[in-house]
Amino acid sequence: MSSIPILPRHMRNTVLPGHAACHGCPIPIGLKVVGAAFGDKVILVVPACCTSVVLGMHPGTAFNGSVVHVAFASAAAVASGISAGLSKRGVRDVQVIAWAGDGGTADIGMASLSGAVERNDDFIYVMYDNEAYMNTGIQRSSATPAGAWTTTTPLGKKEPKKDVAKILIAHGAPYVATASIAYPHDFYSKLKKAAGIRGFKFIYLHAPCPVGWRFDPSLTVNIAKLAVETGMVILYEYYDGGIRLSGPSRPLLDKSKRKPIAEYLKHQGRFRGINEGELRSLESYVDSSWEWVKKFMQ
Amino acid sequence: MVLKSLTGNHAVALAVKMARVNVVAAYPITPQTTIVEKLAEYIDGGELDAVMIRVESEHSALAAAYGSALAGARAFTATSSHGLLYMYEWVNWVSRARVPLVMAVVTRTMGPPWNIWTDHSDYYEQRDTGWIQGFAMDAQEAFDMTLQAFKISEDPRVFLPAMVGLDAFILSHTSMPVEVPEQELVDEWLGARTQGFVIDGSEALIHGALSPPEYTEGFIEDVGKAMEEAVEVVREVDHSFGRTFGRSHGGLVELYKCSDAKYHIVLMGAWAGDAMEAVDALREQGYSIGVVRVRYTRPFPGEELYKALSSSKGVIVVERGVSFGSMGPVFLDLAGNMLKYSRKLPYMRNVIAGVGGVNVTYKDFEYIAKETINYLESGEEPSVIAWYHAR
Repeated sequence: MSSIPILPRHMRNTVLPGHAACHGCPIPIGLKVVGAAFGDKVILVVPACCTSVVLGMHPGTAFNGSVVHVAFASAAAVASGISAGLSKRGVRDVQVIAWAGDGGTADIGMASLSGAVERNDDFIYVMYDNEAYMNTGIQRSSATPAGAWTTTTPLGKKEPKKDVAKILIAHGAPYVATASIAYPHDFYSKLKKAAGIRGFKFIYLHAPCPVGWRFDPSLTVNIAKLAVETGMVILYEYYDGGIRLSGPSRPLLDKSKRKPIAEYLKHQGRFRGINEGELRSLESYVDSSWEWVKKFMQ
Repeated sequence: MVLKSLTGNHAVALAVKMARVNVVAAYPITPQTTIVEKLAEYIDGGELDAVMIRVESEHSALAAAYGSALAGARAFTATSSHGLLYMYEWVNWVSRARVPLVMAVVTRTMGPPWNIWTDHSDYYEQRDTGWIQGFAMDAQEAFDMTLQAFKISEDPRVFLPAMVGLDAFILSHTSMPVEVPEQELVDEWLGARTQGFVIDGSEALIHGALSPPEYTEGFIEDVGKAMEEAVEVVREVDHSFGRTFGRSHGGLVELYKCSDAKYHIVLMGAWAGDAMEAVDALREQGYSIGVVRVRYTRPFPGEELYKALSSSKGVIVVERGVSFGSMGPVFLDLAGNMLKYSRKLPYMRNVIAGVGGVNVTYKDFEYIAKETINYLESGEEPSVIAWYHAR
């Protein structure tokens, strides 16, 4: 791991103590990495999602940067507008980041996201994926994996997860990456790389939620790590027409190096009711994701 | 000053250009399209130094315009009917956020059935959103009102978004000579953009965070207070516009042949011109009648209307829209606002006409006025609310 970059800023200078996240919440972990990358020179555009609460209640705040809270479907559109306004005014020293959950991205925000990508508007979009509507009480989203219990899929979700990174690659976005809160240095490098590219940049951030996934809050990072180690989440970057696997996922191209998916599932109450057939379909989802990645690898 | 033959939509586009907007975000919908087409021409032709965000929906059009305005840009969008309904969440968001920007609303009937002609229901439905709402009568006023909208919206006493309404086709696509002032004069009169706060990274600002009820109540009440302040601002802006460009429109209302009138037609929009023609004809026939044209519905010109109508023998409010199960929105606002000044109201009647884009001519206004006046003078009262079917 000699390539670990030195972080230029203290993460706690941006994410302040006193945020309103649940125990073991992955969101402050992700935001601290954003803070490490950009300090207070960041404008977060946050639609309705857990982060709307996590950042704290007016008149307090736990974020020492700028935040624009916006209507649910609109993170990408508002970020497009801010980016255009800043460029017209010649302001170039601040990074605009749309910071949205899976519901605000894969479901209600999909059209505005697609529009911003197609226009190649200049900002970073981070989809932090806790795989359901956690803020409203664990309802399924299109990013919920098959087999997972949620309050609106009490028998487990039947349909496979929507892969937004794949959709954005199909849009021809200049930069698409996947990251995990278990690998902050990897996420950091991807943010920095994205910031250096003009146009639309998308980073998927896998973010396990102890409350919604029913695991012990001390295990958030372990679960996130297992998602990568089992190959459920593949860390990569896509640019110049090709996918490059990132460090933690690189050895896992060899299927025998991946941990069994059951290792990932067994800590999570949401998969308690999963049967053999559903496990098989999860496994085949993972296999097909890897096959797809291989096709675009450079 | 030069005279140019412009449609209502092109008059709006030219005013937006002369206001030197920085960002236009828009999505096509008939009959608004020729505004944004013209702006695209200006921008791509290098006549207007602005960014055009060609969004994928009206919801995003206003969201993107909002984002750019928040970041300090003078921003504009335009829409109609279903587009306005689709962005409704954002219409409310922008005003509560207290971010100045301007939107043209080319009024069009809502479906079903599909219909592209004018009525005012789409515009009426915005009346509780906290936007300054003006409605133009002709292309000259569409031009002037658009420039004035930026000035009102960016006034520190207001800091609310502003809407310019204009009728589909009968105004949006109809040409008339428009006096276009010199750019330098517009620059001087309008000045640089001002807004309550700018989010551009120069300082850490949080906007719109979860707030407890006691704070939220204050924010919402402030929208109402700003709207009250806006009454004077609208008057002032029209006044200073008149001093600078030699043309004002009466502030919140325009009075036509009202000084000695016993009866009054109250209405807004392009057909006010037809009502004025009817008044000319009626006066030749010996009827004492005038037109009170409502230019702004928000803030509602209660004081002006009370002054103009309190001693009227009969007020006929003619509207291209109705609040189902109640009455026309302008009638309701008028009755409610008159009560602020007196418990004793003049006879008032609400005629719903031209809904769905039905063409209403000066002949129809003549008929409506005569019918009402003849009833009243014979000592009878016609129904308070009536649908009039122009054919």
